[in-house]
Amino acid sequence: MKLMSCVIRPEKLDAVTIALSKVGVVGMTITDVRGFGRQKGQTEHYRGEEYTIRFLPKVRLEIVVQDDQVATATKAITQAARTGNIGDGKIFVLDVKDAVRIRTGEQGTVAL
Amino acid sequence: MTIRRFSAVLLAILGFAGLLSVAAPVCVKSAHAAAIDADLKSLSGPKTDEIAAKGDPGAEKYGTVNDVPVSDSKAGLTLSDVVNQVGQNKVAINFVWTLVTGFLVMFMQAGFALVETGLIRAKNANHTMMMNFMVYGLGLFAYWVTGFAIQMGGSAPIANLGGVYPLNNEFAVNLFGKPWGLFGTKGFFLSGTTYDVGVMVLFLFQMVFMDTATTIVTGGCAERWKYSAFAVSTIFLGALTYPLFGNWAWGCGWLSQLGVNFGLGHGYCDFAGSGVVHAVGGLTAMAVAMQLGPRIGKYNRDGSPNAIPGHDLAFVLLGCFILAFGWFGFNPGSTLGASGNGCLRIGSIAVNTMLAGCTGSFASLLYMWIRYGKPDASMAGNGLLAGLVAITAPSGFVNTLGAAIIGWVAGILVCLSVEFLDRVGRIDDPVGAISVHGTNGLWGVLSVGLFADGRSNYGGSWNGVPGNVTGLFYGDAGQLVAQLIGIGTLVGVIFTLSFVFNWIVDVVVGQRVSAKVELAGLDIPEMGALCYPDFQLKAAAHVVNVGNSVGAKAAN
Repeated sequence: MKLMSCVIRPEKLDAVTIALSKVGVVGMTITDVRGFGRQKGQTEHYRGEEYTIRFLPKVRLEIVVQDDQVATATKAITQAARTGNIGDGKIFVLDVKDAVRIRTGEQGTVAL
Repeated sequence: MTIRRFSAVLLAILGFAGLLSVAAPVCVKSAHAAAIDADLKSLSGPKTDEIAAKGDPGAEKYGTVNDVPVSDSKAGLTLSDVVNQVGQNKVAINFVWTLVTGFLVMFMQAGFALVETGLIRAKNANHTMMMNFMVYGLGLFAYWVTGFAIQMGGSAPIANLGGVYPLNNEFAVNLFGKPWGLFGTKGFFLSGTTYDVGVMVLFLFQMVFMDTATTIVTGGCAERWKYSAFAVSTIFLGALTYPLFGNWAWGCGWLSQLGVNFGLGHGYCDFAGSGVVHAVGGLTAMAVAMQLGPRIGKYNRDGSPNAIPGHDLAFVLLGCFILAFGWFGFNPGSTLGASGNGCLRIGSIAVNTMLAGCTGSFASLLYMWIRYGKPDASMAGNGLLAGLVAITAPSGFVNTLGAAIIGWVAGILVCLSVEFLDRVGRIDDPVGAISVHGTNGLWGVLSVGLFADGRSNYGGSWNGVPGNVTGLFYGDAGQLVAQLIGIGTLVGVIFTLSFVFNWIVDVVVGQRVSAKVELAGLDIPEMGALCYPDFQLKAAAHVVNVGNSVGAKAAN
């Protein structure tokens, strides 16, 4: 099992969710986060003073999938979330040791 | 007829004629009065059982001679009954007007609370709201104990409110052969002879104005003021500083008598308090803010300022609307009546007020949009308030063109003042309180001396000087001098008094919170509770030159 931790633009959440459900991934968790990679911050004015918003709002989307689903999921997420501009985000793939369904106690890949 | 008989008859005729000529006027008079009372007795109103039987949806039978109270049922309705009711009606209309407009001004406390809380960070929201909340209780208490007496203890008579005659002692000193009223001495705890219906109305109205001044200070000092210091400072302002200037301007004190004593226009004129309320509040805010020092992270080591955005602009603009609404009580209510002595100017005053607010916000909007590329919500709000503050003193004395210009200038002035204080003065003012109320309060005072058009008439005189208040542009240069003396007093005396009082507070109580408390946010350390416990408070998303920023002033 692999955990895919994806940082995407907040406005792309809908598109990514739909794309993932098309390839059979239905369970996910999202968090509102803020961050930056190579994307420069946004400069604005407040009461006459310039300020730069460096930590831009993003969404972290986490899914746990079977090993053989990783490639499909990556393609789906990437196609849905990409705009071509800096700030599109990243996908990190981590190993998962175990998974448990709380309601039934099932463990392993059946819990996904 | 014999001569004797003729003389007797002639004498009788002359005597009778003489009697008639003496008695006739008396008889005619009493016949006149008797005719009026008799006329009154012949008046009758609709029968009550008729109204009970049919109801009166068109109000044809309500408000008739039956509603005039008869003082002696044996004598019936007399002229004096009718005349007394007329007098009662005038005073009643004026009581109702003054009280209801006073209630509107009290509601401005909610407006100030929202504006200030919206402009500060969420971690300080409980503390900021609580300062604005308690200015009401603390200020009112201080004002009831001593403030009102000092301010209005010598202000009788006020014709609109039936006289308020118990407020009849003003302490004055003699200088240059003239009396200089300094403070009143009647009305402490509203006790004794000041337990009086007219005094009660005046107290309520004056108190809500005092509270406007105290709540201004909390904005300039937000995000680093100790709650205990705030409480003590507020009590000082409500008990002493505000009432002193209030007495000099409105309580028959020396500023108001500059016209009577020295021929300077109509003396210091301040219709609803650009000076008395807003400049006093704004200058006190400046005095405390200077002593507190700027918030941590506001300034970099090179002196350049950083933006610290507030947490809820919706609060700010909603608060501004509430203030604009309350201002319909603030300015028109300052006639202290809707009947008699020119009180029908209330419509003109209300229109002047709304116009100045409108041009103020318009000017600020345009200034920020052109200068910085996008409209700035908080400055548009500050612009509305600046216009309202500036029109407060001249509202009863100017025409709509004057009002519009005064507001427009205020809208630009507030933006310039914010920039100046931020960048040059380096006085950190999280909500623009000093710029809105201090700078534009003084502009409002000045504008009376320029724009008062001499067309208003409040009973034929103002501050004891016959004629109508007139400014420089309409022919009276003396008025401008009186206004300048008022400005000098505000800046030289009131600012100094506030500075000294608050320096004492700093020594005894300590004004500023510690750096640790300030960085954590004041809500938990000072108030024991978060304003938004169910929400995740965020770290600031914008860049502050962390290595470059200046820490808290050395205090605590």
